[in-house]
Amino acid sequence: MDVLVWLIPISLFLGVVGLIGFIYTLKSNQYDDPDGNSQRILSNKWDDHPRT
Amino acid sequence: MTYTSVSACPACSAAPAALEIVGPATVKKTKLTLSLPTIHCAACIAAVEEILTTYPGVKDARVNLTQKRALIDAGSDIGAQDLISALARAGYQAHELDPTSIALTATDRGGRDLLMRLAVAGFASMNVMLLSVAVWAGAADATRDLFHWISALITLPTIAFAAQPFFRNAWSALRVGRLNMDVPITLAILLALVTSLWETTLSGEHAYFDAALALTFFLLAGRYLDHRARTIARSAAEELTALEVPRALKLIDHHEIQTPVANLQVNDVISLHPGARMPVDGEIIEGHSDIDRSFLTGETLPVPAAPGDLVSAGEINLTGPLIIRTTAVGQDTSLQRMAGLVAIAESGRSRYTPLADRAAKLYAPGVHILSALAFLGWFLYSGDLRIALNIAAAVLIITCPCALGLAVPAVTTAASGRLFRKGMLVKHETALERLAQVDTVVFDKTGTLTTGTPKVTNLDGLAAETLSVALALANGSSHPLSKALSRAIPEKGIHPAPVNSLIERPGFGTQAIYKGERVRLGRAGWAGPAQQSGTLAVLCIGKETTEFTFADDLRPGAAQAVSDLMKSGHHVVLISGDRQNVVQALAKQLNIHDWVAEALPEEKATRVSELQDRGAQVLMIGDGLNDTAALSTATVSISPASALDAARVASDIVLLGQDLTPIPDALTTARRATTRIRENFRVATVYNVIAVPLAIAGMATPLIAALAMSASSITVSLNALRLK
Repeated sequence: MDVLVWLIPISLFLGVVGLIGFIYTLKSNQYDDPDGNSQRILSNKWDDHPRT
Repeated sequence: MTYTSVSACPACSAAPAALEIVGPATVKKTKLTLSLPTIHCAACIAAVEEILTTYPGVKDARVNLTQKRALIDAGSDIGAQDLISALARAGYQAHELDPTSIALTATDRGGRDLLMRLAVAGFASMNVMLLSVAVWAGAADATRDLFHWISALITLPTIAFAAQPFFRNAWSALRVGRLNMDVPITLAILLALVTSLWETTLSGEHAYFDAALALTFFLLAGRYLDHRARTIARSAAEELTALEVPRALKLIDHHEIQTPVANLQVNDVISLHPGARMPVDGEIIEGHSDIDRSFLTGETLPVPAAPGDLVSAGEINLTGPLIIRTTAVGQDTSLQRMAGLVAIAESGRSRYTPLADRAAKLYAPGVHILSALAFLGWFLYSGDLRIALNIAAAVLIITCPCALGLAVPAVTTAASGRLFRKGMLVKHETALERLAQVDTVVFDKTGTLTTGTPKVTNLDGLAAETLSVALALANGSSHPLSKALSRAIPEKGIHPAPVNSLIERPGFGTQAIYKGERVRLGRAGWAGPAQQSGTLAVLCIGKETTEFTFADDLRPGAAQAVSDLMKSGHHVVLISGDRQNVVQALAKQLNIHDWVAEALPEEKATRVSELQDRGAQVLMIGDGLNDTAALSTATVSISPASALDAARVASDIVLLGQDLTPIPDALTTARRATTRIRENFRVATVYNVIAVPLAIAGMATPLIAALAMSASSITVSLNALRLK
């Protein structure tokens, strides 16, 4: 069971990375226009310069 | 004194003065918001953004497809009107939105805050649940203790952050000596944490960290659903309000100056173009016109207006330009006085207790008493505080209203979504529950059952030449009756006759020369004598007169909606402010037996409350200012999107389309939604009935608590989804 010493911190770390990623998407307004984003991805107009 | 304070703190007084000078210039560079109701695809977004960003002076523009809006960062010299016409040339309909009416940021922040707490609670409960699975699977001794400590480490800060909304609500309820759903929730979470920590320090077997987190997560999910449904409805309702940017044209030295209505004062002189809505009460000092009063009185037909006549805010000027001296502004206008009636009626509305609150009232004391009894019983029986506290915590967690917290929001979200797709916007959170009780439907006539635009009824059998002269004269006016003629006559394949020197006499009619003869189309008495009563327009060619009769056009789906409502056993009533014979004709056409004509606004409200006193649950459907009091008196109310702002504010549901057929369907949906809510309560109760005896007997392990909680929450959510 010694492996737990490694596994638990690793799993917590990965979870925290996911949480920070989610908070980043929330802070950068990525949930403001879900319909618009789903349409914008179909056009290649914004491929080189994505709208922020 | 003033002098010393100025010299003592020069920065304090100097800065505002400087700001006042700089202020307007910098404030003007604010963002413009346009509503774009017709955009729907990637190509639309690209085209609109292209037009807006390439427009000289615009710094940046971004389209939000979800809200169907464009946010524009523009220089000071650009007005919304320029951008709207640029978009119109490309075929995109656009309207300016009043930025003060759309409280975008405030509503958004609340939703984001909840979403953040939900995400943190979700993350933490997943991790703790994984650790708990190991404990349930048989981890023992040091491993179990380690897992419990790690769980505690994750749980404590998470609860402190994520469960704040519950703590705050519970505290504000307790402070005024009331109990709400959040009190047992808070107590369960806190008690679970305390006993679990205690157990962990003593290397005990049972810890409820996972239960406390799962509880927080499920309840936050319910709150978030609830919040989102309400935000969508509110922002759509705000948008309807924001479409009407209140401005007036003030006359100063014969120049028209655009002024916000709020800045107008009594005795100001304003100019009113044809088609504009009266911003204030006033007296006409110059000009003739026809005035549409349907929003205030329910009359379909415009009334002629001449100098000396009084006009009220909310009326629409139709044919000629008017100059008006204001007699009342702001709070004193008749429009605002009508709003006073609404405020009185509103107080009656608050009598309704939502189902969730009624459930909480039964539930909250029961849970506390049960848990306290379990604690006392076990403490007396075993004399062990630790066991007794453990049992009490288990009872609280198992009975905790996880499913109850989801039962109502999940159903209302599903039902509101279904109604939204059918073109109905549910504004009030308990509107669906109240709609489900309805057994009497009261309709307003003008603008609700009818479109408010007249239609010619006697074109058949008239000579082609007469019709072509009538068409030529009708084309020269924007009076609703003329418009009705210009719409109807070309459908018969008739072209306008060549006429000369066509002029409109606002308030009377139009006049021209045809084949050397004077021809007139207009009011009886001015254009020529009329034989029939109820004749509404007379055409006079030389000595020969022709009469046109009109009827109000039915709104699409009105007949269908009324007959469907009657078939499903609802009592249908028609209450109108219009004249006796007009209302009678419509009632006969729609087969409505119970009708009232020439009702004043107060009478409408009294009629509704009379029906309510007889035990009826009334649904009021109306659009005018004269309906607002009745709308807020009724159990629940619907108004069409074309209604006056005050009526839309007073009603619980807004009908977005033209068609009335969704109304009977909405009643069915509401009834099914309420059935689902009750079913959900029953499901939650069944889980409690099974699990509570186990908890009291001391047999509830954290595993059983987790299973009961998740299973009941999932059952309730799935049951709600059946509505879709």
